[in-house]
Amino acid sequence: MLDQALYAVLIVAIAVLAFVAYYWGANWILDRSLATNATMSHETITRRDRRRSRIRPWIFLAPALIFATVYLVYPVFETLRLSLFDRLGQNFVGLDNYQWAFGNPADWFRSAVDATGAPIIDPATGLPMTLYKGDPTFWRSALNNVAWLIIVPSLSTAFGLVIAVLADRVWWGSVAKTLVFMPMAISFVGAAVIWRFVYAYRDAGTEQIGLLNAIVVAFGGEPQVWLGIPWLNSFLLMIILVWIQTGFAMVILSAALRGIPQETIEAARIDGANERQIFFGIMVPQIAGTVLVVWTTITIIVLKVFDIVYAMTNGENNTQVLANLMYRWTFISGDSGKGSAIAIVIMIAVLPIMIWNIRRARAAEGAL
Amino acid sequence: MSTTTTLAPNADIAVPKAADVPEPSRRVRRFKVGRLVTHIALLLIVAIWTLPTFGLLISSVRDPDQLALSGWWTALSTSTISAQSERLPAAGTAVVEDGLYTIRGNLLGADDNRTIRTFGGTATTAGANPVGATIELRAGGTITVEENGDYVWTSPTPFEYTTAPRISYVASMAPRFTLENYSTVLNANGIGRSFINSATVAIPATIISVMVAAFAAYALAWMKFPGRTFFVIAVVALLVVPLQMALVPVLRLHVQIAGMFGIDGKGYFAVWLAHTGFGLPLAVYLLRNYMVGLPREIMESARMDGASHFQTFTTMVLPLSVPALASIAIFQFLWIWNDLLVALVFLGSQDEYVVLTGKLVDLLGTMGSEWHILTAGAFISILVPLIVFFSLQRYFVRGLLAGSVK
Repeated sequence: MLDQALYAVLIVAIAVLAFVAYYWGANWILDRSLATNATMSHETITRRDRRRSRIRPWIFLAPALIFATVYLVYPVFETLRLSLFDRLGQNFVGLDNYQWAFGNPADWFRSAVDATGAPIIDPATGLPMTLYKGDPTFWRSALNNVAWLIIVPSLSTAFGLVIAVLADRVWWGSVAKTLVFMPMAISFVGAAVIWRFVYAYRDAGTEQIGLLNAIVVAFGGEPQVWLGIPWLNSFLLMIILVWIQTGFAMVILSAALRGIPQETIEAARIDGANERQIFFGIMVPQIAGTVLVVWTTITIIVLKVFDIVYAMTNGENNTQVLANLMYRWTFISGDSGKGSAIAIVIMIAVLPIMIWNIRRARAAEGAL
Repeated sequence: MSTTTTLAPNADIAVPKAADVPEPSRRVRRFKVGRLVTHIALLLIVAIWTLPTFGLLISSVRDPDQLALSGWWTALSTSTISAQSERLPAAGTAVVEDGLYTIRGNLLGADDNRTIRTFGGTATTAGANPVGATIELRAGGTITVEENGDYVWTSPTPFEYTTAPRISYVASMAPRFTLENYSTVLNANGIGRSFINSATVAIPATIISVMVAAFAAYALAWMKFPGRTFFVIAVVALLVVPLQMALVPVLRLHVQIAGMFGIDGKGYFAVWLAHTGFGLPLAVYLLRNYMVGLPREIMESARMDGASHFQTFTTMVLPLSVPALASIAIFQFLWIWNDLLVALVFLGSQDEYVVLTGKLVDLLGTMGSEWHILTAGAFISILVPLIVFFSLQRYFVRGLLAGSVK
């Protein structure tokens, strides 16, 4: 283990030196090759100055550009391409992977009928034949993702706002905020262990060591295998992300609340508004923009949620989500075509937020 | 450090709130009741948010047996263990004491922290007799059991039995706290190794990405070149590209390129590069936002003095950006340390590579009910983030605010 620590330190030193050498060296070469001195003509000096300042930004940008291109831009197009290819990425299969996932939209609301409109009976089972309406697990995952997208951002934002408001009214508010904020630092996997322990189940009759079951039993209920109950188990997984993200919402909203001019609140109070009217009438409208930012940020995190499901249930008992399904198809089943198609679905879900962000950034830059 | 305020003036989580607006006196009473409700509500919320982590911490230092038997909230009380039994020794071990055939011994092993509460001659009578009582055994004679497990079994006639009888007892265990769980997971379960692996992944990746981002951020903030606005917008667009998009293409690329040199496409080098690439947009975005806010006069006076952009950047902008750099570094570090997916895909799963999060997922699978292993392992994995968080919270909060409120 000591070897490895030394190795790591050495590699860090080499990597840092390499980058420093690049930045410093490239700048040095630029200054040298386009050096100016008093003996040169005015024209030459101007030309060289201009050329230097034209080249230098690219020296600064080059490593970042290469990283961004190789690790983010190229993969978007490559994933799009792979989603149109078969499992090994060798043969073009058109939209087959998407058809596997979604089925044919024309068939979603139809049943199998023959030319006369009578249902076709499957000779093997004797039951009416059903049309392929897409992969059930995919649909289940997509549906779960929609539930995550509705529940997690709204609960996190709501809790964050409530805590931000409450904490500003008590003397120990900063301590409270720190404690609520703390889960932000914990990994999703660490959080998964923490909450698996909360949801832990022991047979009825024996003492419960999981907090949730202990509370249920204390109130005279039966202990439950929480993570085995469909729908409820998904919600219990969402609670973990809410637990983590509430601190984020709270910090951002707390800063926004402090930014509200006190005069507007005082004026409302003098006019006889009560606390609730002040909150919903004065404060909430003024922080609406920030709420939206918090909401979208958490939405993006939710769309990418993988670790929690992977560590808690691995998608068993109907808890599957798209990010985990994508991992399964790609790395467990070895089908990069289906995996890529699922990744593209996630990307498309993110797209509206990306466009909204770009529009805001363009407005902020005042150009393009 | 006076420039720290440019990032986010209200960022500090510990800043006391703006002065309360004085309440009209006729509302004082209602106001106080309201205050009480506020206190209680907040206390309840804070309790819900802290108890799960607190329970993990408590459990990780409990005796493994006690942890399996009772909830962590009972950690301070004595726990009762359901009936157990111990076989008495063979008849031949009896000695004669004071004219009585006597067998002495102890029901509990050495170094046992259990205390016997009740005992009996059969499994069903384990709770029947308090310690110190004397009972008759079917095998003959009478036996007395003490709290510490010592027993004396005597008989006026020689013991004659082929199968030794069993004594059943109910014991209790005093609360015991120990660091054994930690030494177990650190050594036997390989968490120690994973800890080093996590550091090996996180520290270089953090340094490289912050350095690359700082240069790019300066160029996007203060240098003039065609397409600058386009690149700024592109950074914003790349912020939300899901990691899932990058996994397959980048892994293939890594394997192909490494294959040309005849080496493995997975490993530390691959994961450093991947983390640097994936973390870059956020780092560039935050740093650029900060650097744009630096006073223009500083840049202009440096240019007047004939300093090149490189000199301006290294001697003026970098030192002034320390608060922002710290925020980014903390973000990157926490994100990399806590990451599971990138490590799973780009690092490989051999012992020499597996990071803390990956190890923990393994343990969840293989030791799903060994809570003394899981709780101690989880706490080790969240220890570094918690230390970073509590010691550098100011910077962490500033970074968050700079990244979102803009």
